[in-house]
Amino acid sequence: MTEKKGPETWQEINPGCMVFRPGSASEYHTGSWRAKRPIWDNAKCIKCGVCYIFCPEGCITEDADGFFVANFDYCKGCGICAHECWPKAIAMVNEED
Amino acid sequence: MGKRIGMEVAIASAEAAALCRFDVAAVYPITPQSHVAEHLSDIVADGRVDASFITVESEHSALSSAMGASATGARVVTATSSQGLLFMGEVMPIASAMRLPIVMIIANRAVSGPINIWNDHSDIMPMRDTGWISFFADNGQEVVDMVIQAFKVGEDRRVMLPVNVNLDGFQLTHVVEPIVMPDQEEVDRFLPPYEPFATLHPDKVVTMGALGMPEFYAEAQKAKNVAIVNSIDVVREVWKEWEKGFGRKYEPIHAYRTEDADVALVTMGSMGETAEIAVDELRREGVKAGLLKIKLWRPFPFEDLKKAVKGIRVLAVTDRACSFGGPGGPVFSEIRSALYEGAKRPKIVNFLIGLGGRDVHVEDFVAMVRKAAKGKLSEPYEFYGVRG
Repeated sequence: MTEKKGPETWQEINPGCMVFRPGSASEYHTGSWRAKRPIWDNAKCIKCGVCYIFCPEGCITEDADGFFVANFDYCKGCGICAHECWPKAIAMVNEED
Repeated sequence: MGKRIGMEVAIASAEAAALCRFDVAAVYPITPQSHVAEHLSDIVADGRVDASFITVESEHSALSSAMGASATGARVVTATSSQGLLFMGEVMPIASAMRLPIVMIIANRAVSGPINIWNDHSDIMPMRDTGWISFFADNGQEVVDMVIQAFKVGEDRRVMLPVNVNLDGFQLTHVVEPIVMPDQEEVDRFLPPYEPFATLHPDKVVTMGALGMPEFYAEAQKAKNVAIVNSIDVVREVWKEWEKGFGRKYEPIHAYRTEDADVALVTMGSMGETAEIAVDELRREGVKAGLLKIKLWRPFPFEDLKKAVKGIRVLAVTDRACSFGGPGGPVFSEIRSALYEGAKRPKIVNFLIGLGGRDVHVEDFVAMVRKAAKGKLSEPYEFYGVRG
């Protein structure tokens, strides 16, 4: 990552902290906050999509087979998907053990 | 040249905004600002300006709507008072941080409790540190002039900050005064159409009000502070231009009979005119009294103050708000702090006056000057005239 993350000095702050490059928030990978990650057991998954609906980050998508996966660039590991998954197909496992 | 007419000052403040051809007014009515809200609404309903009047459900929404409108590039006016201003409090620092040049007419009124609808400055003082430029008007003419000046200052590319114009509730808002209303052509010459730095527009995408994490937040605060500190140069420039065009002089601190003054009062707002009469009376009796009237509260005019107090032995600073458990009133602590570094500084005493609409008469200012002449009060700050 050689790209500058943002202004270095107060003089470089845009007036009103305006951001002229739309969508730049996607460059901030909140996945680095994660302590636990959701792991799907597709044998238990009924493809209901509750995890996709409840994910506050909007980082869960449906794959070609109709199962669900998280984008770990943005998944903060909040565990809401695992909490809501009533067939208990999602387990939260530690990032580091 | 505009014509001199008799007009209620609240109405005149809305008329001044109309002369500025505002695009949006987002206002929630509250005593004693209500006539401003009503008249802005009338102006829009009558089609006198090509503008929208947003009927909001609260002051929080009024300022939030004002911000949204301003971000699209509209010239926006709002107005409030007392609890309404406190309710706007959450939005106040965001408007300045986003550098949106909204103009707010504030009919200064005491804040509860006890519930009180009358005039003092306890509403604006908690907003002191929100990053808005603050003007204080003495009379109706100054209100009209300052509303027009406020748009010019705030919209300047070197400033881009919201500005509030403070006028004392009832003492000014509800009083009919002779006011020279500038002509539309004069105002058009003085105030060109607003050209925003950036606007919210789907064709040219810009993010406003984004997150500022710890690694940027402090830089953003410094940038905002530099903007408001530097805005004093533009205020001076605009006031000079106003004087040239309209013949009425404005300066951050207006000195009245202070050339050889021994004791000088310090006021903000409409009480300055009463204090002037007191100074005249004292002068007739041979007392070397003077008066400093602060017109620009933020950014605070430090250099003007240092110059203005030269030769003065005692400053009697009046405050229209309390700083509970603090060093005295907010104006007093500001002035004392501003003069701390000076080798030759005056003695400074503090009177808390006119709280919650309590009248302050000429003889009260005379008495304050006499008391202050000792250079020290029996207590660090005095609630002047309070019984008990």
